[in-house]
Amino acid sequence: MGKLTSWAFASALGLFALSATSFAQAEDIELLNASYDPTRELYQAYDPLFSKWYKQQTGDDVTVEQSHGGSGSQARSVIDGLPADVATLALGYDIDAIADRTGKIPEDWQSAFPHNSAPYTSTIVFLVRKGNPKNIQDWDDLTKDGIEVITPNPKTSGGARWNFLAAWIYVLKQQMGDLGKLDDPRYADEVSAAKAAAEKFVGDLYRHVPVLDSGARGATNTFVQRGIGDVLLAWENEAFLATEELGEGQFDIVVPSVSILAEPPVAVVEGNVRKKGEAAEKAAHAYLEHLYSPEAQALAAANYYRPVNPESAAKEDLARFPDLELHTVNEVFGSWRKAQETYFNDGGVFDKIYQP
Amino acid sequence: MSRILQPQTASREQKAETPFVRYLLSLLALAIIGLFLILPLVAVLFEAFREGWQAYLTAVTDRYTRHAILLTLFTALICVPLNTLFGIAAAWCIARFQFPGRSLLTTLIDLPFSVSPVIAGLVFILIFGAQGWFGGWFAANGFPVIFALPGIVLATMFVTLPFVARELIPLMQAQGAEQEEAAIMLGAGPWRMFWTITLPRIKWGLLYGVILCNARAMGEFGAVSVVSGHIRGSTNTLPLHVEILYNEYQFSAAFAVATLLAGLAIVTLIAKSIVEWRQQRQWENASS
Amino acid sequence: MSQRKTLLPGFGLSLGITVFTLSLLVLIPLLALVTKSAELSLGGMWDALADRRVLAAFRVSFSTAFAAAFANVFLGLIVAWVLVRYPLPFKRGFDALIDLPFALPTAVAGIVLTTLYAPNGWLGQFFTDWGIRVAFTPLGIIVALIFIGLPFVGRTVEPVLQELDRQQEEASTSLGASRWQTFYRVLLPPLVPAILTGFSLAFARGLGEYGSVIFIAGNMPMRSEIVPLLIVTKLEQYDYAGATVIALASLVVAFIMLLVVNGLQHWTRKRTGRD
Repeated sequence: MGKLTSWAFASALGLFALSATSFAQAEDIELLNASYDPTRELYQAYDPLFSKWYKQQTGDDVTVEQSHGGSGSQARSVIDGLPADVATLALGYDIDAIADRTGKIPEDWQSAFPHNSAPYTSTIVFLVRKGNPKNIQDWDDLTKDGIEVITPNPKTSGGARWNFLAAWIYVLKQQMGDLGKLDDPRYADEVSAAKAAAEKFVGDLYRHVPVLDSGARGATNTFVQRGIGDVLLAWENEAFLATEELGEGQFDIVVPSVSILAEPPVAVVEGNVRKKGEAAEKAAHAYLEHLYSPEAQALAAANYYRPVNPESAAKEDLARFPDLELHTVNEVFGSWRKAQETYFNDGGVFDKIYQP
Repeated sequence: MSRILQPQTASREQKAETPFVRYLLSLLALAIIGLFLILPLVAVLFEAFREGWQAYLTAVTDRYTRHAILLTLFTALICVPLNTLFGIAAAWCIARFQFPGRSLLTTLIDLPFSVSPVIAGLVFILIFGAQGWFGGWFAANGFPVIFALPGIVLATMFVTLPFVARELIPLMQAQGAEQEEAAIMLGAGPWRMFWTITLPRIKWGLLYGVILCNARAMGEFGAVSVVSGHIRGSTNTLPLHVEILYNEYQFSAAFAVATLLAGLAIVTLIAKSIVEWRQQRQWENASS
Repeated sequence: MSQRKTLLPGFGLSLGITVFTLSLLVLIPLLALVTKSAELSLGGMWDALADRRVLAAFRVSFSTAFAAAFANVFLGLIVAWVLVRYPLPFKRGFDALIDLPFALPTAVAGIVLTTLYAPNGWLGQFFTDWGIRVAFTPLGIIVALIFIGLPFVGRTVEPVLQELDRQQEEASTSLGASRWQTFYRVLLPPLVPAILTGFSLAFARGLGEYGSVIFIAGNMPMRSEIVPLLIVTKLEQYDYAGATVIALASLVVAFIMLLVVNGLQHWTRKRTGRD
């Protein structure tokens, strides 16, 4: 036993030493990007683009490895020690969680890059079956009799939280007309009435959900592959992917009157990348900065994300994005932390929905 | 779980139920086997080849698939020998000696069977995760455990721990210690006794345990999923790779990679049948 | 089992290896689980467990695992009976196939079963015609757990069935008992311990099963959310203590089940006189 273990140990150590020496040569850099599910295709395209550009700029070879999963589970992995150098997650709260629990990300990460560190945005739209047989036009239609809605579990899925909050915003907007009233003490009664209505509507909505997948990808699979449900609440980019690549001609996108501006943020996990040395640190920052470059923005648009600098994106890509009224989390809920605490933590609003 | 059919003599089979009941029961059994066992296998193959041979080959020879295969093999290569050694040691002390706490030890060996794989992954996070007991120390010394090979190996070892021991303990108990005691009395050293008496008598049971252990080691999903970190081309084992492909909407590719695992399962079953057949004779010798 | 002092060597070494490995892989991890849960006070632990959603998950896990294990008693018995007693083509092949659920990775099983039983799947479409939804309901969980647990009953019953004394059976028949009476009075009693063992093993396995279930379950809180999924959910909310409390509770259940299983096996051996 002793002999064998030490052999296994030694060989594992040897392997590690081998990879450690390859880090030591400054011009060979390996970065690990911990991302969420729907960005798989985007980063598959972006990584080689960045490597090529960075090689031209600095002469350094950068290889980017990808790890994908539910946004919350990816954040948990980084907290538990996944050596990610950059985190590109679905929502700010997950990056906050890493910052709070490990200190590996500075607290003011959101100001490290332009546009609240969100190089691309998206929104929540409806995906319905071809021809929209149930005639779903706006949020109201989702709670009609006989409608089945597919959305993942907000406890585990970042995308699902955006869905939840988008529905919430819709009701507030319906009830009050002007979201500016939220912070105005003179309208306190109206605001609390609107919130009660929102709670009722969202509760109703989730009672129309037959399958609660743990992630956005799982929900899309349930709707597209399994043929369950009349409408899928989806990231706009996932909805496009489903209509144009998964089941061409089988689905239509319905754009609601009001939705949420989803800002998937990016951050350098300083505490991890610092250990790899200065060259890696520089590369990690450049990796995220370059997301704002014209070519990367064009790539984001091609992958159905709304670029924050749309000038360089292809016209036909931009034309795909419909105009609709969008509100941000900060505007309606104050911050992601507050939204998380009120709605999604244990004992929060979402939990009440399933109380009998 | 270890013994199989004895060849039945035809004359006896005739006596039992009315033909109608017999056919009904046979049909039922075939339906159960067909519905629950054969159909899923057929479905895997069907989905895998839905887009043709070419797509199948591309999927199973993809760079990341190849890496996942290597990682899975490597993990099994470390786990299976270690667990074999553990199984032999555990069976030796439990089947050959009386000591206080013996049945507690047996229960502890069985425990990983009924622990949820998710919990198996969780406990190693609690110990070796960055927020865990030793995780910080290991990481600081340049030897990450979780989200690296050692974590995958640990989780796999935990899940497959009972397989070899569970096969050997009843077999060795049934065989009894007389031959080994005779060897010792005749002056053989411990190793000589082990190699010439013990091992030949348990080798088929041992092989059976090793085969099952190997199949589970290569196929473990839940526990490994918690500790792997899902880094493409680095910490993705084959079962995780299937899930990733599935989540990338590459359904045919996912099933294509799944055929590798299903193929492994079938090879395991064939190997197991052969071993069982040999082992059967060992049991008969043991009880006679 | 001999009680006298044995001459055999290697007790210290083998016990050493066994205890060392068990400590490293089983005891220390369990200790970690206990200490982590102890971060919560007893009251906190109670609150974490008494939560409606947690209770509902335990209810779902227990009832589906029980239903599947119960179904497997009959399915396993029929399959074992036919394989042992009737002539059948490809018998050896079918017999080997029974172990498929052991060998097939659970994630693959989950994806395939979902493909088969989804409303638009090969089998699911027929169920849909009758208005039954299998995938994404507790029924789907039961189907997955039947698949996972099928080998347990079959494999524990088979050897006992083979060793049954045919003379008693023939005597019973010649004394005028009907076939059913013979089965019920003569054949079944010696099988009961093996059936119970198989049932408990399938039940314990079903309680912990994760990989195959999450794909097919639908994962609705209070309805089709299983305990292992809840542990993962807690983890992803960074609630480590909450996750470990639930894990510990299900572990205690598993441990008790195992003690029962081992006790049953002991009893089985005594009754059938094999050791």
